[in-house]
Amino acid sequence: MMIPDASTADHGGTTGLPFPPAVSPEKTLDAAQWGMLAFLLSEVAFFGTLITAYVAYIGQDIAGPTPHEVLSLPLVLVTTLCLLASSGTIHLADRRLHQGRGRGFQLAWSATIVLGVAFLLGTAYEWRELIVEHQLTIGRNLFGSTFYTLVGFHGLHVTMGVLMMLAVLGLMLAGQLSTDNRQPVQLVSWYWHFVDGVWIVVFAVVYLIGR
Amino acid sequence: MASIELDTPEVGQAAARSSAAPSLLYDLVTTVDHKKIGLMYIAMALVFLVIGGCEALLMRWQLLFPRYDFIGPDAFNQLFTMHGTTMVFFMGMPTLIGIGNFMVPLAIGARDMAFPRLNAFGFWVSLLGGLLVYFSYATGGAPAIGWFAYAPLTERTFARSAATDFWALGLTVSGTGTLAGAVNFIATILGMRAPGMTLRKVPFFAWTMLWTSVLILFAIPPLTAALVMLLFDRNLGAHFFDTQNGGSALLWQHMFWFFGHPEVYILILPAFGMVSEVIPVFSRKVLFGYEFMAAATAAIAFISLGVWAHHMFAVGMSRTADLFFVVSSLLVSIPTGIKFFNWLATMYGGRISFASPMLFAFGFLSMFLIGGLTGIMLAAAPFDFQLTDSYFVIGHFHWVLIGGTLFGTFAGLYYWYPKVTGRMLSERLGRWHFWLLYVGFFLTFGPMHVSGFLGMPRRIYTYDVDRGWDFWNQLTTVGALLQAPSYAIFIYNVVVSLWKGRPAGNDPWDAWTLEWTTTSPPPSYNFEQIPVVHSRRPLWDIKHPDDPDWKYE
Amino acid sequence: MTSEFILLASGPDAVQNLSIFDPASPPAESIRALSLLVAAISAFIFIIVEGVLFYSVARFRGRGGPQASEPPQVYGSKAIEIAWTAAPALIVFILVLVVTRTLWAVNRPNPQPKAGDQALYVTVIGHQWWWEYVYETYDGRKLGVVTANEMHVPASTGGVSRPVYLTLKSADVCHSFWVPRLGGKTDLIPGHPNEMWFQTDKPGLYLGQCAEYCGTQHANMLLRVIVDEPADFERWLENESKPAVVPADDDGPESAGQATFFTQSCVNCHRIRGMSANGKFGPDLTHLMARRTLASGMVASNRDHLRQWLVDPQSVKPGCLMPAFGLQPREIDRIVDYLLTLN
Repeated sequence: MMIPDASTADHGGTTGLPFPPAVSPEKTLDAAQWGMLAFLLSEVAFFGTLITAYVAYIGQDIAGPTPHEVLSLPLVLVTTLCLLASSGTIHLADRRLHQGRGRGFQLAWSATIVLGVAFLLGTAYEWRELIVEHQLTIGRNLFGSTFYTLVGFHGLHVTMGVLMMLAVLGLMLAGQLSTDNRQPVQLVSWYWHFVDGVWIVVFAVVYLIGR
Repeated sequence: MASIELDTPEVGQAAARSSAAPSLLYDLVTTVDHKKIGLMYIAMALVFLVIGGCEALLMRWQLLFPRYDFIGPDAFNQLFTMHGTTMVFFMGMPTLIGIGNFMVPLAIGARDMAFPRLNAFGFWVSLLGGLLVYFSYATGGAPAIGWFAYAPLTERTFARSAATDFWALGLTVSGTGTLAGAVNFIATILGMRAPGMTLRKVPFFAWTMLWTSVLILFAIPPLTAALVMLLFDRNLGAHFFDTQNGGSALLWQHMFWFFGHPEVYILILPAFGMVSEVIPVFSRKVLFGYEFMAAATAAIAFISLGVWAHHMFAVGMSRTADLFFVVSSLLVSIPTGIKFFNWLATMYGGRISFASPMLFAFGFLSMFLIGGLTGIMLAAAPFDFQLTDSYFVIGHFHWVLIGGTLFGTFAGLYYWYPKVTGRMLSERLGRWHFWLLYVGFFLTFGPMHVSGFLGMPRRIYTYDVDRGWDFWNQLTTVGALLQAPSYAIFIYNVVVSLWKGRPAGNDPWDAWTLEWTTTSPPPSYNFEQIPVVHSRRPLWDIKHPDDPDWKYE
Repeated sequence: MTSEFILLASGPDAVQNLSIFDPASPPAESIRALSLLVAAISAFIFIIVEGVLFYSVARFRGRGGPQASEPPQVYGSKAIEIAWTAAPALIVFILVLVVTRTLWAVNRPNPQPKAGDQALYVTVIGHQWWWEYVYETYDGRKLGVVTANEMHVPASTGGVSRPVYLTLKSADVCHSFWVPRLGGKTDLIPGHPNEMWFQTDKPGLYLGQCAEYCGTQHANMLLRVIVDEPADFERWLENESKPAVVPADDDGPESAGQATFFTQSCVNCHRIRGMSANGKFGPDLTHLMARRTLASGMVASNRDHLRQWLVDPQSVKPGCLMPAFGLQPREIDRIVDYLLTLN
């Protein structure tokens, strides 16, 4: 190589030339963490748009049913509790793994999966109710269009989260993923907290403000 | 290393190529190497450049005479839809992401992008998106909705064929690829810089790619969401943009431009980065005011998220809303001005040599300014009531995207070609390319401003004899015909120089950033040893050990 | 398309004036004043920046040969940076002030109509690809006039202001109303009515066209605003207010044409006031021949063009929503005879 590597310049001091200050490693997130953070930011923009559309269309319908007529609060309060609790269990799982307590991790992690599935089942029940009992489909009116799109995309994200957690658990049980490798668990838990956070906004917009 | 490769007899190379042909294809399809992926992005962009350029030429021919009967309204309306979509999504962004893919890891001293497989995914998905949009022709014709596809013209009622679905689906898919690219750039630039390269020391091109990626994060998902709503409307009977059932035509416009305006900065910031690399090297001076340039880049990115409705002054917003978008749009001119002055200050007092990269950088400086100034005219809302949707706007944004993005990108391509291939491009052809493009560009888009002043709206396939627009349209068409060979010369130069070009060596421009420390072309692992960096110009420090940069930064 | 369609009512040679720099209405005038100021500021910036650029290129080009040592490295200067941040900021501040003033002058909300206001209120409805004008009130008088494609308005002559207030609506997709010499664009958006206004003291023909892409024939959604002397305008209004003329001669070709018109599907889309034709999808034909053009300003209104239009509208305006009905030549001739009476 014709031009010396930059690192060789470090030895310039021996010839009486100015000697550069020592390079200290930066304390920052690693690439994977930055990647997940960037992805979640893009998700903020995605859900932000869906939520904006939902809010813009509240009360713009020219045909029923209205949210007030068909949305049931008790059911959604239960599913919301499931999802909020799952944020706690996944945090616990992350800590247990950090402490090196594999058994505790698996318990908390599995609990998160169960709570996520419970949320999805609750949503499925709600949708069945809406479609069968109230004939509210995506094409019925503007409310149907915005509701199924927003809640549906959130549900899709919960589903993806559950699948990712199952993958992590499966790989770990199969011995393909070391319990020393905390990163997959940490990144999935960031994602899961984000999905929970989105639900709080969706819940507020759809079931409190929009109803 | 480089010299051994270059000394290989031609015969041997040819033999190696022919036997490697099947495996070359396999290699390209399966590769996760950032350099090969970058080159594939650029190749894809060049193909779409030719397609989009032919679409433009057909439109220009149709507008040569008033009431000319060359292609009918349907074909014309499809052409401008596809031209805009192609140039923005399948030419502009892939070019910049491709160059970024190749150069960013080299410039920051990394061995690859952070997520090589995600990188390959991003490319193939972007390509798939482009193909999907062009598959629309299989439905009997491309969509005729314009590239910003205003609702409710895109609803089933008005756009019955599945062409619009292909379009929306293609953009959704390629948007996913673009997003994957952006996430990768952010992770790479923030997480994989060489030791010592703090964020205040990243090469300027990498810095602008970082902010372009941030803009992609915020701009593409709203477009995706809007496209999904459109697809739901068209295929599931939803009512988002169904104005007969309470849906809103304006919501589409807001969502589209919330993507659409940052998109302009997504396309221009990397060009800023490339000229910020080229101007210092060819003026033999350090970039003037690096911190202010860096801050101005970030400021442009932030402000650009709040200016979208200046595309919508004529839709009847309140005067207060109009004023808000006037102010935010005009504010962009401040950081842009800072950048401009810093480039000039970098040249001032330097020793400027006009090799082709610098020639294009000069083209960028002299032309982009004009695009910026016509932008100020458009930001002045009442003036915009006259100018918007007229040919003036077409002139303006081509001035920005060709005079700015394209000239800047050509500066970068001429600058880095030797690094990528190990060969120099022909300077003589480079000059032909530049001057044909410069004059042709001026002649194409200059008269468009005048046709706009004279009342010519955009997107019309023909016009009346008594309008007095024929002369200006003929000038434009002549300009387009003049521009066309310049691209052919460029492509010829790029291809032929692979064999005929002068060997480049590692550092043909006597430059200062890390990519010039490794061989040309770089090995698959980029650097034998990850370099340690002490300043923004690591090679300057090595070449001038008595007076290194880190003493001043 | 045959060459005869190139002919316009206004004559083939006269080049019309659509320049935004030749305003004939207060909004267009305010905009021109603003545009000249903005252009002057832009020219000032242009000269300075390009001047520095070309000076640097000329002065510092290849100085000292290729072997010369590197020029002095200047890393930056905080004072200079602040100076060239402040300069554009000042320009932006000035621009915002001027723009605000013009914006408030141009974008006035329309007042309510009242007796004696000398103002004309018209609702403009954009259709793919023609214009419908519903005349609401003039000088406080309620009107019930509906016409298409050619808008007549009174001139503000004799020192009296006769402003024209438009309400803009769309029947289908987005359109934009743009007559450059009268004012800037305002979009016609379904579900979102807009307003604009203009007034002019110069009688004459003002041309423009739809400025928001709206489908196949966007290019031929032409606008014709005819500014009349007030007396002429009153006469026009009076004629338009009348129901359609009934052919005098019961056995003439016009009557036969009328009968054909009413037995064919014409009435599904077109209206002729005073008759049973009440269609709303196409232009009102009550006073068709009071208009000088057909097909939203594409061709002169005369027997030949009417005939060609009825034989196949697609040959005149490809893609337009009126299909060829395959009528017999005799039927077409009669319908044309009838239509020519609708004055």
